[in-house]
Amino acid sequence: MSTTQFLFAGFGGQGILFAGKFAAYKGLIGEKQVSWLPSYGPEMRGGTASCSVIVSDEPVGSPIVSRPDVLIAMNLPSLDRYESAVAVGGTIFVDSTLIDRKVERDDVAVYYVPATRLASDNGMPTLANMILMGNILKVMNEFDEESVTAALKKVISAKHADMLDINLKALKIGAEYKEEV
Amino acid sequence: MSEKVLMKGNEALAEAAIIAGCRHYFGYPITPQTEVAAYMAKRMPKIGGTFLQAESEIAAINMVYGVSSTGHRVMTSSSSPGISLKGEGLSYLAGSDLPALVINVQRGGPGLGGIQPSQADYFQATKGGAHGDFHMIVLAPASVQEMADLTVKGFELADKYRMTSMILADGTMGQMMEPVSLEYDIKPAPEKPWATTGTKMQREHNIVNSLSLVPEELEKFNIERYKRYDEVEKNEVMYEEYMMDDAEICIAAFGIAARVSKNAITEARRQGIKAGMIRPITLWPFPKTPFKKAAQSVKQFISVELSMGQMIEDVRLATECRVPVTLCNRVGGMIPSPEMVLEAIKEAAKNGGAR
Repeated sequence: MSTTQFLFAGFGGQGILFAGKFAAYKGLIGEKQVSWLPSYGPEMRGGTASCSVIVSDEPVGSPIVSRPDVLIAMNLPSLDRYESAVAVGGTIFVDSTLIDRKVERDDVAVYYVPATRLASDNGMPTLANMILMGNILKVMNEFDEESVTAALKKVISAKHADMLDINLKALKIGAEYKEEV
Repeated sequence: MSEKVLMKGNEALAEAAIIAGCRHYFGYPITPQTEVAAYMAKRMPKIGGTFLQAESEIAAINMVYGVSSTGHRVMTSSSSPGISLKGEGLSYLAGSDLPALVINVQRGGPGLGGIQPSQADYFQATKGGAHGDFHMIVLAPASVQEMADLTVKGFELADKYRMTSMILADGTMGQMMEPVSLEYDIKPAPEKPWATTGTKMQREHNIVNSLSLVPEELEKFNIERYKRYDEVEKNEVMYEEYMMDDAEICIAAFGIAARVSKNAITEARRQGIKAGMIRPITLWPFPKTPFKKAAQSVKQFISVELSMGQMIEDVRLATECRVPVTLCNRVGGMIPSPEMVLEAIKEAAKNGGAR
């Protein structure tokens, strides 16, 4: 029995809610119990956006994530705000293009992915979120093309079906990224 | 079983209303329920229904009155300050014995308050939302699935008892997404011989009205109405018992507070404290019987609320104050954490609650 609590955080417009929804659908396809809860306060309008996603083998109790197992920080204010909240032994994914400091804690695993740079280098400037997502799935051993594609089909509406391939490509770029040492 | 999809609570509720046969929606935007109106605006024109953004909440509730008078299923939705504006209309609906579904996705108050989740409209919803002797059937969902299920149920109960059903949700229930299945066996709405559908010169006029200037008659209407309320109390109480078989500490919580409390109960059990929960699904009628029964075996009740202590009064009444009832709460848009509820359980255990 396992439960993973994700907290996605960044600026409004970075696709924080979309990445969270993708993660939730990925769980649902894997026959897990899931919940997705966005921030909907005034901070959404130009400040930080965040969303709580829970993927579990058991029914989800509280949908609010206050001690994330996995933090996805896509800007500095998010890392500053949530670094201390991450559960001991948890994991932090950092968009290292936009965040130039290192994570200070030594009791969590940290992955630095220059997602925003990779996105613009590959001509997909709005898909840093999915590049990061690809890396997360790879690290968590959850990246398989079949379920990833199935989840994408759920979150991308029929109207935007032409966006499917480029999202898949973004996920793959993230999955294949190896940190430069 | 149909495939489950992820939907926001507000959207699942709106779709369930359409499935239940509602073709008329009137509202005015307010966070955190705006998705209900947005969904209706998108869907209603495609299925021959009416979506109308009224000039105010007061106008919207009176449009509900109008459609209900003609016998059709109709709804409106709002959030706390907007529900207060609808108060007059709610009383008129009750006084005219009209069925309707009203959604309150609560936010922090009083006044304009904030936009984060709250349960502080409990008194307003359960004790009569406006002037005069009346009740609404108040349904409290604790998941996206229940946002949908209780919407269907709400329409059925409203028609059956000629009353307003209110869904008393909160910001989290409206905004969160969870897997939901929208498969319903919708029964046809009951005959409504009282509806103003045109006499076709074949019957007497039906009159839908709440004005009654003869005190003897008005008293009679009130007494008749309360006989119907007795039936609702007898037949329609809904609640969930969670780990109550051997519980010595009983949490009372609904909606998001119940979800948070489940985490706390799981952890309390892990620490050897026998905690359980009674979750009212109907807030009116309040599930008095399970609370009264639990009062014979549990040592303490804890009312977990997003309000300054409102449902706690009903818990005390139902249990006739036989054992202590304490409050564990946050307000103003804040939500109690599982850790906070666990602390309250441990405190109760220390005071002789457990073991």
